[in-house]
Amino acid sequence: MSIVATYLSWALLVLGGLLCISGSVGLLRFPDFYTRMHAASVTDTLATGMILAGLMLQAPTWIVLGKLFMILVFVLLTGPTAGHALAKAALHSGLKPLLPGKSGVLEADNKPSGGV
Amino acid sequence: MESFVHVVILSMLVTTAIAIVRVKDLFAVTMLAGIYGLLSASFFVLMDAHDVAFTEAAVGAGISTLLVLTTLSMTGRFEKASVKPQTDYRPVLALVLVTVTGALLIYGTQDMPGFGTADAPVQTHVVPRYLNDSATEIGIPNVVASILASYRGYDTFGEVVVIFTAGIGVLAMIMSNTTKMPVVQTALMSDHVVLRIVSKMLIPLIMMFALYVQFHGEYGPGGGFQAGVIFASAFILYAMLFGLTAARKVVNNTLVQLLSALGVLLYGSVGVVAMINGGNFLDYNFLSDDPVAGQMLGILLVELGVGITVASVMIIIFFTFTARSQKEGEGD
Repeated sequence: MSIVATYLSWALLVLGGLLCISGSVGLLRFPDFYTRMHAASVTDTLATGMILAGLMLQAPTWIVLGKLFMILVFVLLTGPTAGHALAKAALHSGLKPLLPGKSGVLEADNKPSGGV
Repeated sequence: MESFVHVVILSMLVTTAIAIVRVKDLFAVTMLAGIYGLLSASFFVLMDAHDVAFTEAAVGAGISTLLVLTTLSMTGRFEKASVKPQTDYRPVLALVLVTVTGALLIYGTQDMPGFGTADAPVQTHVVPRYLNDSATEIGIPNVVASILASYRGYDTFGEVVVIFTAGIGVLAMIMSNTTKMPVVQTALMSDHVVLRIVSKMLIPLIMMFALYVQFHGEYGPGGGFQAGVIFASAFILYAMLFGLTAARKVVNNTLVQLLSALGVLLYGSVGVVAMINGGNFLDYNFLSDDPVAGQMLGILLVELGVGITVASVMIIIFFTFTARSQKEGEGD
């Protein structure tokens, strides 16, 4: 049982770490603000969740488990909220997302947006 | 491996510092300063200084970023490019001064004992006394809290007075007739429904965490300074999302100003009570018949005083800044 928990915990930790790296790569490589933010917020929330779940499997006492669980709840609440606030602020200040144009190449949508 | 992590974090600190100097966008500078605070906090954790790391994370990365952002909403986002080169602008002199000072400081470190050597004063002077005897003398597990609140209680008293003075300074400089402010104010982010709901869920948790940090400071990292900042951040979050007028209904100006003084008063009174009972100023042994119980009571009260003052001063500074910026916004 404990061996299974250990392997599962390490699998979660490694996967979470890989997600962090992929999120960072996306943050650097994606074409516009919204996709970059998507990479940062989605992968970060998932990666933090996985890392915390991995740590929870190794928690020595119930107190530690409880604290990690509360951190997990906090991250799950704040991460998506921060992403939402960023995207909304960007949209409000008039930043248009890149959309595929007629030729299939990404370009800024110049039509006036229909209000937010 | 550990020194590798040290090198990485310290290089990131240096990179961030250089970026702060080079970048002209003040908003980005504020964010970089927050990152700088977070990196220093991580470094302090690596050095096993958890209390300091906690303070740095709460103050450096948290509330100071917030206060600077509030200031930015008054001053504008970009540095003004000087219209014409000033004649008395001599960067060479400043560079020489900085280089000489830096060289002297590095020369001064040559006299200091090497990091972690056994015969350094930090290992031989008072620290062994603190580590060996604080458990029996003070009776609380967190030695940092015993040093901060009891052995060095007078220093901490000075720090609280400094924070109180900062609050008074902000009030004295920019509180001009904020009391008769127009009541009609739109909230800064009135249309952010998601933010409002999530923050409504979080604000009680933030306050509860602050109380945990406050009263758990004797057993783990934490204490009045961190708790005060966290407690104030709950109010600041509320004020940012629901507007200053709504927040003023929760905590009115007079109350916060009284509380900021009350914290210092509580701290000083503990010292005076110790004197009345026949001890020295802030000698908690005399607060109770049992010296250890007296120490625990003294530390509890003193930390409470610190927490109250820090929280109130942070709220005062944020409210005063925001009120000022909103008033100027109306003038435009």
